[in-house]
Amino acid sequence: MTGYLFLAILALSLIAFYVGRSTAGRFVAAHGAEVHSRPIYHGAFAAVWVGLPALVLVVFWLLFQDGVIDRLLIASLPESMKQGASPSQLSLYLSEIKNVASGRIFTEPSPEISAAAERYQRWQAIAQWAMVVVALSVSALALYMARTRMAPQFRARQNFERALDIVMILSAAVAIIVTLGIIVSLTYEAIQFFRLVPPHEFFFGLNWEPQIPIREDQVAGTGAFGAVPVFTGTLLIAAIALLVAIPVGLFSAIYLVEFADERVRGIIKPVLEILAGVPTVVYGFFAVLTVAPAIRQAGGMMGIAISPNSALAAGGVMGIMIIPFISSLSDDALRAVPQSMRDGSFAMGATKAETVTRVLLPAALPGIVGGILLAASRAIGETMIVVMAAGLTATLTANPLEGVTTVTVQIVTLLIGDTAFDNPKTLSAFALGLVLFVVTLCLNVLALRIVRRYREKYE
Amino acid sequence: MNMLTDAAVEAVLTEAPKETLKMRGSGVNVFYGEKQALFDVNLDIRENQVTALIGPSGCGKSTFLRCLNRMNDTIDICRVNGEITLDGEDIYDPRIDVVELRARVGMVFQKPNPFPKSIYENVAYGPRIHGLASTKSEFDAIVETSLQKAGLFNEVKDRLHEPGTGLSGGQQQRLCIARAIAVSPEVILMDEPCSALDPIATAKVEELIDELRENYTIVIVTHSMQQAARVSQRTAMFHLGHLVEEGPTDKIFTNPDDKRTQDYITGRFG
Repeated sequence: MTGYLFLAILALSLIAFYVGRSTAGRFVAAHGAEVHSRPIYHGAFAAVWVGLPALVLVVFWLLFQDGVIDRLLIASLPESMKQGASPSQLSLYLSEIKNVASGRIFTEPSPEISAAAERYQRWQAIAQWAMVVVALSVSALALYMARTRMAPQFRARQNFERALDIVMILSAAVAIIVTLGIIVSLTYEAIQFFRLVPPHEFFFGLNWEPQIPIREDQVAGTGAFGAVPVFTGTLLIAAIALLVAIPVGLFSAIYLVEFADERVRGIIKPVLEILAGVPTVVYGFFAVLTVAPAIRQAGGMMGIAISPNSALAAGGVMGIMIIPFISSLSDDALRAVPQSMRDGSFAMGATKAETVTRVLLPAALPGIVGGILLAASRAIGETMIVVMAAGLTATLTANPLEGVTTVTVQIVTLLIGDTAFDNPKTLSAFALGLVLFVVTLCLNVLALRIVRRYREKYE
Repeated sequence: MNMLTDAAVEAVLTEAPKETLKMRGSGVNVFYGEKQALFDVNLDIRENQVTALIGPSGCGKSTFLRCLNRMNDTIDICRVNGEITLDGEDIYDPRIDVVELRARVGMVFQKPNPFPKSIYENVAYGPRIHGLASTKSEFDAIVETSLQKAGLFNEVKDRLHEPGTGLSGGQQQRLCIARAIAVSPEVILMDEPCSALDPIATAKVEELIDELRENYTIVIVTHSMQQAARVSQRTAMFHLGHLVEEGPTDKIFTNPDDKRTQDYITGRFG
C-alpha cells in the first residue's frame, strides 16, 4: 500500500514536470526572450512542489501512525484490564492484540483482546486510506498552486534551487540525527547499568566476570564488572596491530611515493588496496588457521608455551588489515608536499634519504599522524579477528603470548542469546560501548584536527 | 701555437683581463623523452660575474640552468649529452658525486620554497646534511653570516625560531638565498628569482645579487629585460632551444648581432 503510494507520488511529480515544462514552453512561444527561467526549471519547480511535501508528509505519517494507534488501543481497553497493569503488562497486551490481528493465534484469545484486535485492524485500514487521500490531495493542491504561480516572469530557477537547498539540508540532518540517536540510546542504557554497578567498580575493577546468578541462592555469586582487563586487552591488541602496521605502512608509502617508478607503483598500490577490501572474517580465518599455529610452533621450538589464542596472532593480523589505512593516507600526505620542497632539498645537495627524513616526513607528519589515528580507531573497534583469534577470557596481562579479550568481543558475547534489559550483564555491554564510542570519537576528532591543520600548511 | 689561438688569447686579454672561466657548456643537447629542448649550446660562465639568460618562454634557458647543477636528473625522462665543466671537470662524469656538485653549485627557484621549518632550521639545513658544523655556536655563526649576506638578518634576528613560511614573499626569497649560500657554494643559479615578488622586494633581491657577485658566480634566468640589464655583466639570448648570441650585457642591449635578439629586446616578439 505504502509502496504504491510512493510510486503514485513519484508519477504525479513526473507528470507535473512535463506539465510545467510544456506550460513554460508556451510562455516562450508567446513571449520569447522575456521569459525569466528556462522551461526545464519550470518543470523541475512543479515536480518538486508536487513530490516533496507529499513525501515528507508520508514519512512523518508513518513515523507516528503506530504510536498513535497503540495509544488509542490501550485507551480503548476495558478498565478492568488496565487496572494495576505495569507498562510491560500493557505492552504484552499490545503484542497479543497485534498477533491476533495478523492471525498468529496460539490460544483462544479473550473476548476483550479479540475485540481490540478487530478495532486495531479497522483503525489501521482507516489510517492507511486517510494517508493516501491526504497525500494525494496535498500533491494535487500543490500542482494547482504551482500552476497558478507560473508566469513568464516567474523565477522558477531560484525557487527550484531553494528547494534543492532544503533537500541537501535534510540529507545532512539524517547523519546528525542518527548519530545523536546512537549517543542517546547508548547513554540511556549505560546510565541504567551504572545504577546497578557503581562507576568506580566498572572503571577501576580488575575482574571481569559478567555472570549473574540464576537463582537467588546460587554459589557463583554476583559476578564482577571491572572493565580494566577488557580495556587493557583492547589496548594490547591495538598496540600490537599498530606496531606491525605503522612501520610497514609508512615504509611502503615512502617507497611508493619517492622511490618506485610508475610501473612498480601501478602494481603495488592496487594490491595494497586489496588488503582493505578483504572481509575481516577472512582475516579471522587467516589468524586462527595460519598465524596462530605458526606462532605456536615457533614458540614451541624455542621452548616457550604459547596459548592457541594469543594476542600476538590477533594483533599481528589486525596490523596487516590496517596497513592500507596508514599507507594510503601517508601516501596522500607525502604526495601533497609540493615538488618545490623536494627541489629545494635536492638543490642543497641532499640525498633522497635525507630529503625524505628531514623535509618530507616532517612536512607530511600531520597527515601521517591523522592516518595512524584513523587506523588506531579502526583497530580498537575491530571485532571479528579478535573473536576468532584472541579468545574470550579477560586476562589482565601485558604478555602478548596469552589470550586476551577486547571491548568489542565482550559486547558481542554479552548481547548474544537471551538478553534481559534489567540485569547488569546485558546492560554492561552498553557501558562498554559508550566508553568505546567516546574513545574512538576522541581519536577521530584528534585525527581530523591534525589533518585540518595540515591542510593550512602550504598557502 | 696557431693563429686562431693567438687571436682568441688576444681577444680575452683586451676584452677583460681578469676574467676566468668558472663553468663551460659545450655541445649541450637536452631531450625530454623524444622532444629535444636544447640544441648544441656552447656557453661559458665567467667567475664572479652575473650571467643573465634571456629569451621567450619555452626557449630552453631554464633547462640549461638546471643542467648546471644536474637538477634535470630528478626528471626521469630527461637526457643530457654534450659536456658541462666546473673548473675544468666534467660534471656529468660518472665519478662525480652529484651531492658534492650541488653543494658547490647552489640554486634559488622561481617561487620561494622555504621548508616548513623555522628560519634558523631553513638556513642550517645545508650545513647539517653536509656536516659543515658540529657545535651549536658554529651553526649559530653560519646561520647569522648567511642571513647577513642575504640582507635578511636585521629583519628576522628576533624571530629566528619562527616558521620560515610566515615571512613575506620577498623575505622568503632572500631566506632561500641565505639557505643556498649557507653551504658556501661557488656558483649560484637563480631561476627567475623575482618573478613572484613585488617591485620593492625585487629591488632588494637585485641589490643583493649585485653584492653577492663579489664572492660568487651567478647565473640568472629572467624574463625582465630591465632586470637583465641592471644586474648582469654578460647576457645570453636563447630562442627555440638554440643559443642565439652571447656577449657583454651592454653590447647585447645596445648593439646585438642577431636580429632575433634585437626584436626580442625591443619587444617585437616573446
